[in-house]
Amino acid sequence: MNTALSWIKAYVPELDVTAQEYTDAMTLSGTKVEGYTRLDKNLEKIVVGQIERIERHPDADKLVVCQVNVGSETLQIVTGAPNIKTGDKVPVVLDGGKVAGGHDGGPLPEDGIRIKKGKLRGVESCGMMCSIEELGSSRDMYPDAPESGIYILPADTPVGADAVEVLGLRDVVFEYEITSNRVDCYSVVGIAREAAATFDKPFCPPQVKETDNSEDVHDYLKVRVEDTDLCPRYCARMVKNIHLAPSPEWMQRRLAASGIRPINNLVDITNYVMEEYGQPMHAYDYDLIAGHEIVVRRAKDGDVFQTLDGQERKLDSTVLMINDGEKEVGIAGIMGGENSKITDDVKTMVFEAACFDGTNIRLSAKKIGLRTDASGKFEKGLDPNNAAAAINRACQLVEELGAGEVVGGMIDVYPVKREERRIPFDPAAVNRLLGTEIDEATMRSYFKKLDLGFDEAAKEVIVPTFRQDLERPADIAEEVARFFGYDNIPTTLPSGEATSGGLSYKLRIEEKAREIAEFSGFSQSMTYSFESPKVFDRLRIPEDSRLRMTVNILNPLGEDFSIMRTTPLNGMLTSLSTNYNRRNKNVHLYELANVYLPKALPLTELPEERMQFILGAYGETDFFTMKGVIEEFFEKVGMHKRPHYDPSAGRPYLHPGRQADVIYDGVPVGYLGEIHPDVADSYRIGEKVYVAVLDMPALIPFTTFDRKYEGIAKYPAVTRDISMVVPKDVLVGQIEDVIEKRGGKILESYSLFDIYEGAQILAGHKSVAYTITFRAKDHTLEDKEVSAVMEKILHGLKELGIELRA
Amino acid sequence: MKDQLEKIKSEALKQIEGSDALEKLNDIRVAYLGKKGELTKVLKSMKDVAPEDRPKVGQMVNEAREAIEAKLEETKARLARKAREEQMKAEVIDVTLPAVKNHVGHSHPNTIALEEVERIFVGMGYEVVEGPEVEYDEYNFTKLNIPANHPAKDEQDTFYINKDIVLRTQTSPVQARIMEQGKLPIRMIAPGRVFRSDEVDATHSPSFHQVEGLVIDKHITFADLKGTLAQFAKEMFGEDTKVKFRPHHFPFTEPSAEVDVSCFKCGGTGCRFCKGSGWIEILGCGMVHPHVLEMCGIDPEEYTGFAFGVGLERIALLKYEIDDMRLLYENDIRFLKQF
Repeated sequence: MNTALSWIKAYVPELDVTAQEYTDAMTLSGTKVEGYTRLDKNLEKIVVGQIERIERHPDADKLVVCQVNVGSETLQIVTGAPNIKTGDKVPVVLDGGKVAGGHDGGPLPEDGIRIKKGKLRGVESCGMMCSIEELGSSRDMYPDAPESGIYILPADTPVGADAVEVLGLRDVVFEYEITSNRVDCYSVVGIAREAAATFDKPFCPPQVKETDNSEDVHDYLKVRVEDTDLCPRYCARMVKNIHLAPSPEWMQRRLAASGIRPINNLVDITNYVMEEYGQPMHAYDYDLIAGHEIVVRRAKDGDVFQTLDGQERKLDSTVLMINDGEKEVGIAGIMGGENSKITDDVKTMVFEAACFDGTNIRLSAKKIGLRTDASGKFEKGLDPNNAAAAINRACQLVEELGAGEVVGGMIDVYPVKREERRIPFDPAAVNRLLGTEIDEATMRSYFKKLDLGFDEAAKEVIVPTFRQDLERPADIAEEVARFFGYDNIPTTLPSGEATSGGLSYKLRIEEKAREIAEFSGFSQSMTYSFESPKVFDRLRIPEDSRLRMTVNILNPLGEDFSIMRTTPLNGMLTSLSTNYNRRNKNVHLYELANVYLPKALPLTELPEERMQFILGAYGETDFFTMKGVIEEFFEKVGMHKRPHYDPSAGRPYLHPGRQADVIYDGVPVGYLGEIHPDVADSYRIGEKVYVAVLDMPALIPFTTFDRKYEGIAKYPAVTRDISMVVPKDVLVGQIEDVIEKRGGKILESYSLFDIYEGAQILAGHKSVAYTITFRAKDHTLEDKEVSAVMEKILHGLKELGIELRA
Repeated sequence: MKDQLEKIKSEALKQIEGSDALEKLNDIRVAYLGKKGELTKVLKSMKDVAPEDRPKVGQMVNEAREAIEAKLEETKARLARKAREEQMKAEVIDVTLPAVKNHVGHSHPNTIALEEVERIFVGMGYEVVEGPEVEYDEYNFTKLNIPANHPAKDEQDTFYINKDIVLRTQTSPVQARIMEQGKLPIRMIAPGRVFRSDEVDATHSPSFHQVEGLVIDKHITFADLKGTLAQFAKEMFGEDTKVKFRPHHFPFTEPSAEVDVSCFKCGGTGCRFCKGSGWIEILGCGMVHPHVLEMCGIDPEEYTGFAFGVGLERIALLKYEIDDMRLLYENDIRFLKQF
């Protein structure tokens, strides 16, 4: 909402502040000023001049030489403007002054344009006569300005006066950000009331006199509201003998400053009252209203209606319409119809000021796809008691402006009057909530400034209907806080029992994951939770995979962001691809990414959100590096058992021979592997890509931060090396299973020290060598103990077809 | 006998003196003090010495032995020192050669900012909790005093899954979930991902992060809210940071405020970061609306509380001077490495 300071001052006459003071104070009392524009920015040394003589330029056909009286002297000014004549009064910028823009009306330069004495085609010119564009405005706002040329001031303007002042440009326009609860502040009167309270000045709203002739509007028109649920109040008044003309300058200026283009007196009055009272109004041509009857009711499904912008609108039975005796003539609260719009031939008109249900207007405007200034106001939920005041104000202006003859009386369909609300007032409770010690008298002085009443006997604040936001004592506390000043409320810390803070267990595990990933050289990435359904094809995920069962967004930002991810792979591969295609070498990333798995479709309960810890890399990495990160992480979170790796899962997005599911204590907790070359191709990554994905909810039950010291071995260890010939298809993991299972209590550790396939080895076999370490906690091992265990191990290995190497 | 001993001694000392290697010293020890050494020979010949002279001769032999041994030790130490010095001389390195690094990875700037926020509030006794990102409309709106058809639902540009389930537009639903559990008092922060249907550009993202804060206890006041957030601002942006509370409106708090901090780049004098105002808006907050407390089963007569919500990206962008929000979700390693 934009409003000129001069308009606010009209209702707070004692207000005397700078633009910055106004901005700061209003913002701190809750009416946020987003910014302001000085209308006289870069307008310097501009006075009213009168053209005394116009002569042809000796050397230019398109230029003329004028003698212009600016009061103190007569200046010679050369101009190319076509529209001037002797005797015209015009704005003149003197030598050394400034104008805001060029005559073409383009964007205004930040520092304006300096005007200096100079010669034009050899003839001296001591200033410049100004167009409205040069004064920083436009023909939209000053409709009396010529299409091109100098702005001609009224004939009675005093010569030598400040032209900026005369044009109403000594003003500041403030832009407000009004919060949705303060419907009353979407009006000049509402903001002025806040300004008066903020600066502690008297508030003088417009005095509306009931003006009319001796006739009765009820003899002209009937109004019937059928759907009172959507139209709590409908007021109508009439004006006859209409005389259309431009509205007076003061009204044009105020509208222009608010960003509204002046049209004619009647249109301007409705717009003016909408700004001033926040009440949209509509005007109908009385002679076009069939049966001289207005009926307010819902449309019928399938109705088509032409709004006054010429567009056809499809309606349904949720949309409220204004009808005459025969047909629909307007969409209530949104836009009038082509069939009843006011034309220049109008003789008699009907003013409508109604209150419509805000939610219904909002939904209708959305459905029809037509949001107007009026619907924007109605949808906030207006005060029905404001409607009569606004329509009477409009009629008063009609008379003042001589725009017509107001017919006596008002049709007012208002079955249930909206009453004032009462809120119990307990100053101690207000202080308890705010942490303040404000006395009751002070609090009540704030209420008074805001036009809130007070019932001494009942100790209740009486809230007028224009403050629909005030409902309960907490709201009253906010009013006190606003005018006591948020700045003046003390700062304390909460008392009460101490609480021990900290991360949830899940977050602590995630913190360890990040720690290990980063220590291992992986940097953290973040990707969107929604992606394209096409990712499944890119990832070679089969049609019947559960991963394709996705939570879908009804109103996505396009297909690429339409499904909630079920795998973190696409995000990771996309990030790696971005890096690869920007020629970044050796990139290691990790992400802690939620996936969203629906229990059933269509969704009836929330999907399961499973945190995935994904690592991805290309460059200096391989399968076993990824495996190492996983195992380091397991150890860090207390998972000390040996994880198992199952190569047979057949994940389609991974290389068939370089992948494994990670099994911990019999439970699958993730997978790792090389990205299938076809998938790498589809992400345009020209190197081998490795990923590891851990399903955090699956592994969290195995994690612990408990630690127990087990002592340092006192007795010596015994090591045995074995060198084996192993059938090629036997995995090293199977050998380790045997060693673990059969090694018994005295097995301390084992490590692979050689693996070899080649010439000296039997075909279809490989050579594998391990060092196995044994130790007892309580005695020095004897040779025969170790040999007995080794015997068992070797026996087990034999079952896998493994022979000791000779 | 005496002359013989003197001769052996001086001969030995001379040889020791002339040694330039540890092995030679050992040879000398054997030659004089060994089983078949010169001095041992003298001792063996003691049986030829008159019994009355034996103590004297024994003493002389011992003196000679001690003198030789002392000299041997001294020389050994000197040679060892010399050898170590030479070794170290040979081991001199160019300390300006490049470091060998582990190439540790980097946290995302959002995470760094979040950890900072968490550190501050955990220190004040807050628990860090989470809630679902795909959330019931009821928690995201209704229980936060935003009933059906409330215009705020439109304002927030909600992504819908169906009429009852949305992508949460704020972390505030976690408030309702924690309050409903009924464990009082509450001091919590809830960081997490939120979603709004804004097109991607330099200052907008359809997915971003918030940190919600909630305190519920007896006697919690607006002054406590001010004090808590002033403390947070100082720890987050520096000891000299000032805070400004401006009245605002949120459906789930009353009174409500927006909070500005004095610009941490210019200290409040005005610069391009604060668009010349000297202040930067960082969060919204307020006293928990009594109706919200009621809906979550908490008696507003007995308990009061405050809540606040901070945009994490906003803090990260400002603090680390990141000029384009898209960088946060591209994951270019050249970007990530700077944090």
